[in-house]
Amino acid sequence: MTSSVVQAPAPLPPSRAGRESAEANRRRITRVALYLLAPTIVAMAIVVAYPIVISIINSFQSDFSGIDPKTGLFQQGGFVGLENYTNWLLQQCQSGGKTVSCPAGTNESQFYDSVFATFLFTVVTVALETAFGMWMALIMNRSFRGRGILRAAVLVPWAIPTAVTAKLWYFIFATNGVLNTVLGLHTLWTADLWASRWAIIIADTWKTTPFMALLILAGLQLIPEDVYEAARMDGASTAQQFVRITLPLLKPALVVAILFRTLDALRMYDLPAILTQGGGGGGDATTTLSILVVRELRSHIDSASALSTITFIIIFAVAFIFIRLLGANITGSEKKARKVAKEL
Amino acid sequence: MSSTSVAGPATATAERPVFAEETLARVRARRRRAAGAAARTAIQAVLIVVWCLLPFYWMIVTAFRDPQYTYDPTPWPTHVTLGNFASAFDTSYGNYLGRALGNSFFICVVVTVIALVLGISGSYALARLDFPGKGLVMGFILGASMFPGVAILTPLFGLFSQLHWSGQYQALIIPYIAGALPLTVYTLNSFFREMPWELEEAARIDGCTSAQAFRIVILPLAAPAVFTTAILAFIASWNEYLLASVLSSDQTQTVTVAIANFAGTTPHVEPYTIIMAAGVVVTIPLIILVLIFQRRIVAGLTAGGVKG
Repeated sequence: MTSSVVQAPAPLPPSRAGRESAEANRRRITRVALYLLAPTIVAMAIVVAYPIVISIINSFQSDFSGIDPKTGLFQQGGFVGLENYTNWLLQQCQSGGKTVSCPAGTNESQFYDSVFATFLFTVVTVALETAFGMWMALIMNRSFRGRGILRAAVLVPWAIPTAVTAKLWYFIFATNGVLNTVLGLHTLWTADLWASRWAIIIADTWKTTPFMALLILAGLQLIPEDVYEAARMDGASTAQQFVRITLPLLKPALVVAILFRTLDALRMYDLPAILTQGGGGGGDATTTLSILVVRELRSHIDSASALSTITFIIIFAVAFIFIRLLGANITGSEKKARKVAKEL
Repeated sequence: MSSTSVAGPATATAERPVFAEETLARVRARRRRAAGAAARTAIQAVLIVVWCLLPFYWMIVTAFRDPQYTYDPTPWPTHVTLGNFASAFDTSYGNYLGRALGNSFFICVVVTVIALVLGISGSYALARLDFPGKGLVMGFILGASMFPGVAILTPLFGLFSQLHWSGQYQALIIPYIAGALPLTVYTLNSFFREMPWELEEAARIDGCTSAQAFRIVILPLAAPAVFTTAILAFIASWNEYLLASVLSSDQTQTVTVAIANFAGTTPHVEPYTIIMAAGVVVTIPLIILVLIFQRRIVAGLTAGGVKG
């Protein structure tokens, strides 16, 4: 009411001094940000970027140095182009200077088996963890007495180190172990082709579902209660409320949670490395790509570099497709930070 | 149904008892439904608690059980003994759990401190300031937190062999930072974005310098976020296995490697009860930490993912 009395100040013509000071301010902020970020960037360059660059360079070098049978001269590895990569992708081995198809039992011959195992674990565990995680989150989101106990209990599997989890389930899955005894089975959980895979999937689902549930719960808590109230007024059933309200409003949080879990599952190492040593079935039923890299690392570091680069590329390709298809907003809202910065 | 309640005033007196009875029935039905829903919720909650705790419970029961009764399926503690814990710390079979605990603690504290010192200023800049190339830096840090551990393990294995660093502490501390630093920057950044920066501005207007405003106003407000991030970075480093399994020696072995390689008295016979005791020793500090700081940890875990 009083605003009509107060005269709005006439907009000042953009003065040169004003523009210059804004420009100077922007430059000052950029400089400060650079100083503040420098330690992080330098450290990341040393511990992440530098090793990865070395790894990529190594992946084009030959592991084999020694006396060349043809020339009789000492041969130092050297540049071999894409040979390490084609060795993996075409499952080829070098034998006496010739390229042959890899015999069974070599790491190269297990490449596609481990790609299959890695994607199998990823798809099945992420699907199970999303379904169970959603269920847990929906229960945790209700208010009831003892909710605190539930929320504390859910953190226990998350807090246990994966190495301990693997040993714990190794004991549960032992041939004379409690699971076989209680269920009256004689399953060889760490040796059978599919039993060993299911052992990994069950143990991973137990360990990681709580993390998924917490991410989904945080998403649920952002949905305002009055939306549900309005829907109930309109006569929406519980199922309708879930499909029409919960799922669409939860989608951003859900997509990010699934993306994180997928990328994490693609590099799975600890659980199969300890629980089944990558074995089962013919000997490699639970060998993931990471396990194969570590195995190759002990003998052929350049070839292992090529395989770790392949793993890296697979993970980034999945992340890229994921973000493109589902539009995951992983960097969060930049708008707010921008607004605050303008006020500075 | 509702036609009775909107009946004309002339018939209202006659219909009142019917109306009251119906409302009462409806209230009772609603209460019954609510009680049923509460019971269903309770049953599901119990199921989740049992599913989450049962394997952990089994680990504890086994840890306290005499090795002769390793496969005893009795669900409550029987043949209780503390012998497994003594055996777990016994070094005569080549298990150095005590030393591994010391190693893990030392390495994780150093890594957490370095990651925080480096990460606090970086995440402040990312959350607070606007500058060209910010999205690129954020993308780089996020990308780094998603790369597979083997991508840096392979080159570092070769590099540390050449430098004769394998089996020394820096051979673990340096790659651990690669995991802890992105986590720290990412978590702190999402905490810092939620901070009431107006207060800093108010302090500046009241005559504080930038540094003073940060120290007096922002730092106390940011302390819980920093503390939570420290716990998350510590737990992540404590639980790391891949890098430690390749880059550590007997001298620098971490707890996860010690647990994975635990040897018994007889070759090819897994000393399950002793391993479970060792597992309890390694896990209990984390469980206590997690239960005390439960709320903060949940906030920290979920801060990055969902606020976007």
